[in-house]
Order: sequence, then C-alpha cells, then structure tokens
Amino acid sequence: MKNYETVIGLEVHVELATKTKIFCGCTTEFGGKPNTHCCPVCMGMPGTLPVLNKKVVEYAIAAGLAMDCEITRNAKFDRKNYFYPDLPKAYQISQLYLPICRNGGIEIETGAGKKRIGIHEIHMEEDAGKLIHDPWEDCTLVDYNRCGVPLIEIVSEPDMRSADEVIAYLEKLRLILKYLGVSDCKMQEGSLRADINLSVREMGVEKFGTRTEMKNMNSFKAIARAVEGERKRQIEVLSYGGRIVQETRRWDENKDTSFAMRSKEDAQDYRYFPEPDLVSLEITEEWLSEIKAREPELRDAKMARYEKEFGIPAYDAAIITGAKKMADIFEECVALCGKPKEVSNWLMVETMRLLKEAEMDAEDLLLEPKKLASLITLIDEGKINRTVAKEVFEQIFKENIEPETYVKEKGLLMVQDDALLGETILRVLAENTQSVADFKGGKDRAFGFLVGQTMKAMKGKADPGKVNERLRQALEKK
Amino acid sequence: MEITKLTALELGRKIQAGEISVEEAVRTQLDMIREREGEYHCYITVLEEEALACAKKVQEGIRTGEYTSPLAGVPIAVKDNICTEGIRTTCASKILENFKPPYNATVVKKLDAAGMIVLGKTNMDEFAMGSTTETSYFGATKNPRDITRVPGGSSGGSAAAVAAGEAFLALGSDTGGSIRQPSAFCGVVGIKPTYGTVSRYGLIAYASSLDQIGPIGKDVADCAAMLSVIAGGDIKDSTSVQQKEFSYLGALADDISGMRIGIPRGYLGKGLDDEVRSAVLSAADLLRKRGAMVEEFDLEAVDYAIPAYYVIACAEASSNLSRYDGVKYGFRTEDYEGLEEMYRRTRTEGFGEETKRRMMIGAFVLSSGYYDAYYNKALKVKAVIKRGFDRAFEKYDLILGPTAPTTALKLGENLSDPLKMYLGDIYTVSVNLAGLPAISLPCGRDKAGLPVGLQLIGKPFGEREILRAAYCFEQSIK
Repeated sequence: MKNYETVIGLEVHVELATKTKIFCGCTTEFGGKPNTHCCPVCMGMPGTLPVLNKKVVEYAIAAGLAMDCEITRNAKFDRKNYFYPDLPKAYQISQLYLPICRNGGIEIETGAGKKRIGIHEIHMEEDAGKLIHDPWEDCTLVDYNRCGVPLIEIVSEPDMRSADEVIAYLEKLRLILKYLGVSDCKMQEGSLRADINLSVREMGVEKFGTRTEMKNMNSFKAIARAVEGERKRQIEVLSYGGRIVQETRRWDENKDTSFAMRSKEDAQDYRYFPEPDLVSLEITEEWLSEIKAREPELRDAKMARYEKEFGIPAYDAAIITGAKKMADIFEECVALCGKPKEVSNWLMVETMRLLKEAEMDAEDLLLEPKKLASLITLIDEGKINRTVAKEVFEQIFKENIEPETYVKEKGLLMVQDDALLGETILRVLAENTQSVADFKGGKDRAFGFLVGQTMKAMKGKADPGKVNERLRQALEKK
Repeated sequence: MEITKLTALELGRKIQAGEISVEEAVRTQLDMIREREGEYHCYITVLEEEALACAKKVQEGIRTGEYTSPLAGVPIAVKDNICTEGIRTTCASKILENFKPPYNATVVKKLDAAGMIVLGKTNMDEFAMGSTTETSYFGATKNPRDITRVPGGSSGGSAAAVAAGEAFLALGSDTGGSIRQPSAFCGVVGIKPTYGTVSRYGLIAYASSLDQIGPIGKDVADCAAMLSVIAGGDIKDSTSVQQKEFSYLGALADDISGMRIGIPRGYLGKGLDDEVRSAVLSAADLLRKRGAMVEEFDLEAVDYAIPAYYVIACAEASSNLSRYDGVKYGFRTEDYEGLEEMYRRTRTEGFGEETKRRMMIGAFVLSSGYYDAYYNKALKVKAVIKRGFDRAFEKYDLILGPTAPTTALKLGENLSDPLKMYLGDIYTVSVNLAGLPAISLPCGRDKAGLPVGLQLIGKPFGEREILRAAYCFEQSIK
C-alpha cells in the first residue's frame, strides 16, 4: 500500500467576550429567553444600520498581535449574502477583501517536536441566530439572541499533518485567546467552533489533494476522531482507485462518522461586496500601540517567569499555566500566602486529581485562592496535619467550605497536649507488647505500626513529627 | 387668507404670532387632502387622528416656548420609505403592506422635536425604484399640474403633495434623482443633500451608498429651513457626518456676484428636450446678469454615469431587499411547502416587476465570475466621475444643468420601456455617485405649461452655495 500524507487546515470561529454585540448595544450573554437579547438593529429591521463596536476590533487586533499577524490599517467589512431564517438581513456582515489580520503563525509542540502553523488571516464577523425545531408542534422557531454576537474567524494555512497537530494547534489557540481575555472559548456553548479542511496526498507529491470540509464537531475529542476518520476514508477511496469529491461533510458524533452535506457544485455564491453601511476602518498607530500596551502576560512568558521567580520546575509550570484559570489561582494564592512551592503542590497533585475525578476542565475550576492560602497557613502554623489538610482541601474543592471554621467545627485541629500524648503512648506500648518486643529485636516495621496505633488513638489529630519523636524516646526507655 | 397658499415659513411665523392655530393649519390640510386625494393620490396613509393629537401637543409647546423652530406647527408629509413607529411604512410594496416599524427614523424624531406635524406617508415607486411613481403597489400618483401626467419619482407622492397644497413640506429620498426629478416635474423645489448630511437611520434602504433623505418644498427658503432641522451627524449612522454649520437659512443671500458656474456640455446634448434646453439656458443667462460667471465646460465620464449607477444601485438593492423573505414580518405567501418554496412564492408574489428586475440585475453583477466585469468596474467609473467633479470644482463654485431631459411624461409612457426610463436619470445619477449636494427648482414652463427643473450641483457639503444661488435665481424670476 502507498504511503499517504494528511494535509489539514482549520477555520476556527471564536465568539468574542465583549459585553455588547458587534453592531448594536444588545447583550452578548449566553442563554436568556428566546428573542430577548435583540433590538431592531440585530434583528435586521428595515431601515436600521450597523454601528461597529470598537471593542470587537481591539479584541481581533489583540488576537492578531498574539498570533504574530500583520494588522490591516484600513480594514473593511463586506456583505456575505445568503438566505436562511436564522440570518435576519439575509446577509452576514463579514470581511473578505481586507480582513483585519493577515500572515501570522503560532508555534505548537507535539511529541514530534516544535512546529510553526501559519495563520492565513483573522477576520471579524457577526454570528447568526439559532433555529429550534419544535417536535410537538412540528414547526421551526427562530431565536435571534445570538444574532450579532461578535466572532473572529481564524483561518490557518494547510500546515497540519496529523490529529495530534490539530489538537496542539487548537489547545494553543484556546490558551492564547483565554490569556488575552478575548473569548471564553467554550466549545459546548459554541463560543469556539472549528471546521476542518482535510486532504491527503502520496508521500513526496507536492500538489495538494482534493480537500473536504468537515463541520459540527463539538469537542476536541470529536475533532481528533473526525480527522482520523476522514483521513482513513480518503485514503480508502484513493486506494480503490476512486476520486475525492470536494464537498462539505457533517460529523455525526453519535455515529462516529461523517456524511456529505453538499458538494462544490451546489456551493452557494455568496455575492460578496463591500458593506456600504460602514466606513472603512482606519487603525492608527496610536490605537495599535494602546492595544499592544494592554496585552496581558501570555502563557509562554508566564511559564518562564514561574521557573525563574518561584523556582517552579518547568513541567509543573506548564501544567499550572495550561489553564488560565489555574494560573490566576496560583498567582493570587502565592500573593496571599507567599509559598509558591506549596501552592504549586496543591494544584499539581490534589487539584488535578479532583478535577480528573469530577471530569472537569481546569478552566472551570471554582477554587477560591484565599481558601487555599488559609489552608496552607493552617498547615504552616502547625494547626492541622497533612492528612487532615487533604480532607479539608477536598471539602474546599467540592463544597467551598471555609477552612478555619471547618477544622474548628469538625474538631480537626492538631492536639498539642503533651501530657495526653505521653499517656497515650504508654497505653499503646502496654497494649502492644509483642510489637515492642519486635522493635527491640530489630524489626523496624514494628515502629511504623506503633506510630499508626498512636495516631489512631489520638483520632488522627496528633502532630506526626511529635508522635515519632516521643514514641522513639519511650521505646528507648523500655 | 388662504392658508394653503402660504409657504411653510410664512405659516410658521403666523403660528408663532398666534394668527393661525396649529389645529387650524392641520385641519385645513386634512380638508385639502380629503378634497384632492381622489384625484392625485399623493398619500398611502393619512394620519388624521395622529396629526390632530400632535397639533394639540405642539400648540401647547409653542405657548410654553418648547418649540422654537420657524417650522413648529407646520403640517408636512413623509415618504413611505422612512420608518415611523407604529405607523405602517410600506415602501409602496405589497411585501411591506402591513409593516409597522418598532422605531422612528432619526429624521422623524428630529421633525417631531422641531414640532412639525406629520400628515401622512406619501406614495412612491416601489422601494424607490422608478422615476414615475407608477411602480407603487398602491397605484400611481397623478401630477397636480396635469393629471394625465406622472409626477416623476420615486418621491412622486411627496412632490405632488407639496404641489397640490396637500402638505407644506415633504421629506423625500434621493438615490439617483428621486427628489430632484419629481420636484422638477411638479414645479416645486427639492434638495438632495451631500451623502452623509442627513442620517439614513430609519430610511428603508434601496442603495445604501447613494441614498439620502432631503426636503421638498414650495420654495428655496422652506427647503433650507427643513434641511436645517434634519441635517446633522447621527451616532446610529456611521456614514453620517457632523457639520459645524447646518443652519441653512442664513445662507440665503440674494447676491451671487462673482460666483463661478459651469455648465457641462454633455448636459446640453442629444436627448435633451429643446424647450427644457432653452429654459435652462435662459436661467443661466439670468444668473449671468446677476453677476455670476457662467461658462460651458466638458465634464468627464457623463456617458458612463447611467450604467455605473444601475450596476451599483441594483447590486446594493439585491442585498438590501433580500431580508423581505416572509420569515419575520410583512407579506408571506399563503400556500407553500417547505422553506425554499415559501421564499420563492413570497418574493414572487410580494414584489413588483421593476423591483424584481433590479434585484435580478444586482444579483447578476455580484455573482462570482461577473463581479470584476460589472460591479468592480462600476466602482472604478464612480471614482472617475467623482474625480471629474473634483476637477470641475477647482474652477467652478457650482455646476448648472437641467434636472431631467424632459418635462413630466404621460402616465404609462415609460412603464413598458425601462431602458428609456433609466436614460431619463442622466443628469441626476452622477450627483449620487459622487455624493454631492444638488437642488432642483422651477425655471419656467414648456409650451404645454409644464414646469421645467433647473439643477444646481454643489461641492461636497456645499449646500449653502447652491441654496444661495437657487434663492437668488428664485428672487430674480418673482
């Protein structure tokens, strides 16, 4: 069998996190009763005109700068014309001829090493509404709430060669956008949607094969499977001497396969032309430097700083900065308790474990930094031991409890009563004469057993260090 | 005293002086409308109750000093493509027969703030596409000067209402001559302001890059007064421009000595009716006698204006009118199966012939493979035309010519021959393509007694110069 290479390019739509829509003052909030986040402008009523939200431009430029793009100084909007009930004007205001950002790229890392993926362009556009089919009434209803929510479409070059690279690219993209604060990138709410352009060609052949476009994947997992599936399908078609048809395919998550939606022949002619209701958008040098000045610290810079400033190992820094939310918690917590390594440990070990257990994304972490900080302080001041601390942390994570109140109410504070500890040790030794004899006979394991028995007798609240020390002294006297 | 014989400013003065009540003025107009509408059909909707209620409010406001405009209390008419909240706004189309906008156009708010009283919504060519007002779904308007003739169009209802004494002033809209040509045919004065002078928010778009709202009145001063009310930048219209000075009444000095006026030779050539030519040249002579320097010159690209205009206007129209699809408001066909058929039947049944013709032309010139040959080329012609005017304005303060090649045509004469109708726009469309201000005012009559229109074209935002010259001419022929 011949060897094939997969060629993949991505079109990623990202909803921007502006408070208001791109061409009117309506809220962009997700959800809400149908048709309550709309006005005559976003509903495309006759006679209305769009007014560009400057914040959208700033977010698009910020994304472009972070992705090493050239910024178009006199960008324009164009109309993309097509009929569909979710598009009230029957055209979408988008950018074709002069998109806001062009010719950029981002670096990704996979098992195979580092690689730059080119960004062909980033353009701004408005989102459409949503059709909802009512099976009871057997009718279709339209919700225009999403109409006019600002989007950027990030179009990559066909530089990816595997599902791994696609996922690495998307992860990187998502991190950049989240760090910039320009989008929350929630796939399940549709604020990040990716279309895959994929073709295969024989190894060594320079010319690209015929590509297909795949839509409707709503998770990274689905994207990886869709890439794999489409790659296999195309290779199979070719190896039986068939031809790939240029078409749009729809991924069906439940059936784990894709179906042809429409071929190039019935592709629509969008009759693009410059939007006459908006003036050309001049990006001045001052405006650009203002946006540049506002750029927050991005992930790569943060990772380097954690290593240098806090002495956090590179591996740990990568995990903590792997989600903006986690990095934010880390920094706030360190500022409160001044113990970066402790904070890092709690995030790396317990937090990651609990996230995995709850099947949660790190970006959805609700952990309050001040609670983790006060937990660390409790340990530091010797008020609770580590076993108790783990329990408390789990309670913070799951129930958002207040650590100090919790340990007091539950009576988990470490017992610092030396007399009580002395009595307990004597009693434990008396009750376990065989173990004492074993220890004397040189069996070290017996010591561990005695420590455990003492801790148990102290209801887990003794200071483990002190138990060790006092037990050893007591045994020596025997 | 016959109230309807007064000009709007004369009426306004008498209202301010308490000689005529607002209600009296409104009732006189409503009587006039009742008496004459059967014959002329200037209005699609008459707002009797609303106008009388508004009269009360304004009368009180005048008493308390709230309304200081010289036009406060003056009854006016509004073209039916300008949105009025809760009052049906049809664009003279079946497809919007019962459409009640949920908001007021910016100009309507301004009229209201100035205390002007809207008597009704005037007839027009469907979606402002036409030069005769015969393409209206509600039937043609007759020219009050000769009821066997058309009033011109598309603002035929507005021009006829002013000429018939059914309104003191009216708002029209002008995309390729739609204010000036009917003003010429009906023997009244009409101004097409510089693109950007008046907000388009709430004007139901025909061709967005060319549309402007403007006044139609009995004389130059009335138009200047109304323009002062409606002009000004609007945050809701990005293409509108804030002017430092937009009190146009102050520009009306009866003196044009030293003014340089150019007459394009191409405006006096083939196709121009002899009687119109001699009336226009006499007007030029008169201005020369009043001290202006008048000479003929060659204006570039005159012959290309009509094709370029129809390509651009139709392209934009095809997109602007796509939203009338039966989904959200307006007419929907009764009998259909599925979305596709609903669209097709709704639009087939809802639009008239001329509107469909222009949408078809527009969709064609924007379609892939033809875009460069038609739309892009038309944009280049537009730039050449604009440059031609720029050069002319290096030598001249204003440009003079006929408004239309003929006087008012017989009803039905052009309806069957759209090409002939398009050619009638030869002197007006280039003004829209170049975004310039122009005025049409009566300059005599032909042998049949029909009024001839004189057109004065100004520099961008040169409304004050054309008003001054027009005023001076008007004073000279009194």
